[in-house]
Amino acid sequence: MGITQILFWFLTALVLGSALMVIFSKNPVHSVLWLIVTFFCISGHYILLNAQFLAIVNVIVYAGAIMVLFLFVVMLMNLNAETEPQKNKWLKFAGAIAGSCLLLVLVAALKDTDAMRQEVLMKTGDIGLIHNLGMVLFRDYLLPFEISSVLFLSAMVGTVVIGKKGD
Amino acid sequence: MIHYFILQAGPVSSVSDTNNSFNYFPIAIQLIFAIAFVAIMMGVTHWLGPKRATEEKLENFESGIEIRGNARQPMAVKYFLVAILFVLFDVEVIFFYPYAVNFRELGWEGFMAVLMFVGFFLAGFYYIFKKGALNWED
Repeated sequence: MGITQILFWFLTALVLGSALMVIFSKNPVHSVLWLIVTFFCISGHYILLNAQFLAIVNVIVYAGAIMVLFLFVVMLMNLNAETEPQKNKWLKFAGAIAGSCLLLVLVAALKDTDAMRQEVLMKTGDIGLIHNLGMVLFRDYLLPFEISSVLFLSAMVGTVVIGKKGD
Repeated sequence: MIHYFILQAGPVSSVSDTNNSFNYFPIAIQLIFAIAFVAIMMGVTHWLGPKRATEEKLENFESGIEIRGNARQPMAVKYFLVAILFVLFDVEVIFFYPYAVNFRELGWEGFMAVLMFVGFFLAGFYYIFKKGALNWED
């Protein structure tokens, strides 16, 4: 077993463990912190796949910015222990069944796809490098890139309209 | 291999070699050292330090002011508004990295594309300013 495989299994165990801790921790702020650990481990996976740009973006945007939003959402809600609604046992049961169904559908859909059969590119492959990615983005996918800026504009307008009361 | 353990970059043989993910090994070592240092320091202080838990010591300290009420109160949506706008501009900057790397190769065509992209963002920025979404006091 090479060092890459050891790293892969170590990161995988860390991702799954921290993702489970996100769900199982009682304190919502602890959940957010575990989610940050999950994002960092996924970035490690990206680096193993030689997708370095994606790894750094994952750290900057997800672990940095999106997590701040999650923390704000946690703080916006009134999460006192007394006001916490006690979940119905049947509701939990239904949730577990619904989640399992989703897992089943995802596994069944992805099991036989081509992407799953391909050998994973470890340390080779240069499609994820920032140079090639930029060339593809600004040559072949220029229109989606520009449309994404319109999407951002609409997001800004939506934020201001919803968040700013009055006028 | 020994070069990586003493945190020196090894001799690079070719250009494609610089983009190998193995070059992240020193960063990984640094990360491990940073986490281990913090964890060990926190563990050792808890282990060595004396614990004399009195009621005054376990009380939350807030600049000497008497505590009143609960810390968990819903906060103003203004903070969230600023945070969400920050995320949008953060993602905008992310798109500059692939452009900056290919700046010369893309030439004027790429420059115009980025200019248009930034133009949309500036329109949004102008809208935000005009609406006064960043004004703290209303």
